[in-house]
Amino acid sequence: MEGFITWWQGAIVFGTVIMCGALGEILTQKSGHLNLGVPGEVYLGGFAGFAGAFLYENSTTNPNTFLLIIIPILCAILAAGLAGLVYSFFTVTLKANQNVTGLALTYIGVGIGSFGGQYITAKSGSTGYARAQITSDVFTESIHHLTGSSDNWFLRLFFSFGFMIYLVIILAVVLHVVLKKTRVGLNLRAVGESPATADAAGINVSLYKYVATIVGGAIAGIGGLVYIIIYNNGGWSTTNSIETLGWLAVALVIFATWKPANTIWGSYLFAFLFWFYANANVVGINLSVTQADLVQALPYFATIVVLIIIALRKKKENQPPASLGVNYFREER
Amino acid sequence: MDTAIHFENVTKTFGKVVANNQITMDVKKGEILALLGENGSGKTTLCNMLAGIYYPDNGKIYINGEVANIVSPQDSFKYHIGMVHQHYKLVELFTAAENIVLGLNPKEFKFDIKAATKRIKEICDKYGFNIDPNKKVYNMTVSEKQNLEIVKVLYRGADILILDEPTAVLTPQEADVLFSVMRNMKADGKSIIIITHKLQEVLSVSDRVAILRKGEYIDTVETKDATTQSLTEMMVGEKIQLNIDRPEVVHNIPLLEIRDLTIKKDDGSIAIDKVNFYIRGGEILGVAGIAGCGQKELCEAIAGLRKIESGDINHVGESIIGKKPQEIIEEGIAMSFIPEDRLGMGLAPSLSITDNMMLKDYNVISPWYNPFVNRTAAREKAKQIIKELDVKTPSTETPVRRLSGGNVQKVLVGREISAGPNVIVTAYPVRGLDINSSYAIYNILNEQKKNGVGVMFVGEDLDVLLALCDKIMVLCHGKVMGVVHATKTTKEQLGLMMTGSLDLNDEKPDKNFGIAADSLIQDIQAVEENKEVNE
Repeated sequence: MEGFITWWQGAIVFGTVIMCGALGEILTQKSGHLNLGVPGEVYLGGFAGFAGAFLYENSTTNPNTFLLIIIPILCAILAAGLAGLVYSFFTVTLKANQNVTGLALTYIGVGIGSFGGQYITAKSGSTGYARAQITSDVFTESIHHLTGSSDNWFLRLFFSFGFMIYLVIILAVVLHVVLKKTRVGLNLRAVGESPATADAAGINVSLYKYVATIVGGAIAGIGGLVYIIIYNNGGWSTTNSIETLGWLAVALVIFATWKPANTIWGSYLFAFLFWFYANANVVGINLSVTQADLVQALPYFATIVVLIIIALRKKKENQPPASLGVNYFREER
Repeated sequence: MDTAIHFENVTKTFGKVVANNQITMDVKKGEILALLGENGSGKTTLCNMLAGIYYPDNGKIYINGEVANIVSPQDSFKYHIGMVHQHYKLVELFTAAENIVLGLNPKEFKFDIKAATKRIKEICDKYGFNIDPNKKVYNMTVSEKQNLEIVKVLYRGADILILDEPTAVLTPQEADVLFSVMRNMKADGKSIIIITHKLQEVLSVSDRVAILRKGEYIDTVETKDATTQSLTEMMVGEKIQLNIDRPEVVHNIPLLEIRDLTIKKDDGSIAIDKVNFYIRGGEILGVAGIAGCGQKELCEAIAGLRKIESGDINHVGESIIGKKPQEIIEEGIAMSFIPEDRLGMGLAPSLSITDNMMLKDYNVISPWYNPFVNRTAAREKAKQIIKELDVKTPSTETPVRRLSGGNVQKVLVGREISAGPNVIVTAYPVRGLDINSSYAIYNILNEQKKNGVGVMFVGEDLDVLLALCDKIMVLCHGKVMGVVHATKTTKEQLGLMMTGSLDLNDEKPDKNFGIAADSLIQDIQAVEENKEVNE
């Protein structure tokens, strides 16, 4: 039981990172743009959030809790949103190839993030790596003091996390409702399905694509913040795990069949499967190091299984947005 | 009558091409105005300026007597103008109601689909449309989609409706329903512009006809004073022969014989149900039927692209069942299918004419052991087709999608014929083409017929089928209603057979339509029977 709870607790935080990336990417893809720059956006969000937190808590002796929360979040949103803006400018305005632009954004994002993180680490004079400890403490403070006892297994499974974990779940539900029930959602889906139709109906197609991509980038950026501040306890380390999480997020979009509500359980399942290699002994399996690498690919296998199921069911509602990956030219026949 | 729209010296150019030159004309309130002209005469361009898709380079547009500045589709709604485009602008995944309210009331956060549904029903009842607001568009027939498009613009309060070639994809019966709806809307005081090049429709539905030719405005005439001949002359600018040739050719042996053929559609339902027919060399067999009656599946099966359930397809006494498409092409069977969107099957839109020439016979032009393609030979062939069929293109290297519809079809038909087939299966080769281009295609087919080629012509215009074909086979829900001689039947009889009201199999039960007296298949069966006896 103890092993399972540890596995679960790690997976929920890890899954939240994937969920943010996937939610952002769903929003972007619903506008018809396949943004493969998600890993870059997550990375940039992580770096900017870390930088904001680190610089703020080192600039004052008496940090304000509200600012400790809001500065890293704003930094992450701004940096990753800016990356989304760059992507939109290239693909919506200049009509550049979406795949090439997205991949470039991933590598640029990872590059800038690594450089900036190293720079801060070196400047701070710390050996090893820099840490935004105070901010991390605020973010990771469990909400279960609201409910009392901490050794109850139920509370530990569901109420032992920081507030961000719950906010992201709420965000997923809100996005689901917005896409399904509101005018804005209807218009956005129309833009992704058939931009020519949306255009003729008087919807500003470029505006929707820009906003969806920028907001999508910002949400993905929050994922990076969650990784550094919560999962990594505020420590910046030049690990490529963030990039891996970005690709898992792209896979999760397909796994969730483009429905934000599905990312809630999908992301936790992905994280659970991803960490299976380290927790296999909980279910009585001993893995060698070489086997572990293979087992880490489980989420991708799960995605392939979902793809096969979707293909067999042939349900139009589970297909990607019809114009996904195709730039819109108004005067093209 | 008051004037609803007044164009004054409207000019629109695309690069060097003048699409509309100094057009001055009127549309009256409460009339149906037919806008007539050949492909590329500027009809759609003119109307797109009303819809806010294009903006005129010069000149003014007056709506109800006031200068209108229409720079976007929203402005167009503001002036109560609604356009139904030739390519429907619908979101396949949405319901009818969702498509209708799309883009409306942007301030409203949550949309009230119930109120919308109620208003849609009211509009449908008022004018006689038949639409289920909760049906998803991907489940709709072409005619339902069109109705939906019209309801959509009415819902937005359109008083001026523009219909761009609305009957191009409809059966005669569906077109009649559309015309009665149009008359209801006219009675309600709405002005309607119908863009078309089908003269019969112009004469039956419109009040006045405005004619455009090569971007120039020619004249507007009262429909009651017009005839097919007078309109055609104004449209093409010269007297042209309206009769399609039907050269008499000595019929040859049956080249393609179909026996008890059953094919399924993608969704598993029966597309073609135990069908028998044959095509002789030197004849054109017309295939008539309402859209979606198995024509597409039949063409695909003959070309080897679709699995058959049972039965036989026999080419000069030899079954082609189970052969690969490549082998069927090598046997001399050519298939060209022009789908509703006119680009889909047969050509790769982004490739040049030369590259498209190579698609089918790259292995003939350059042998398999040669890893390089022979572009020179393909380019020669492209040049030849451009010259023979008078394809209008800047060069042989122009991507096919940049050509106009008629020229795309000429390239496709030209390539199929240049392979020297002995059986040509062609579906809707003149879909959306103007008169001159259509005649060019008919002449090509007649030329092939004279050379002893068997032609199967799947068509939608009954007048053309009656004039061009030797025999006409009528399909209804995948069953053959009978095969008739084109000279011995009427449009009305074909119409009854298309809807299934008349089945010649019932009339003459002992006559076996579709089985040739000199069938080449029987010999094989006889041989097989002998074999069984010997064993």
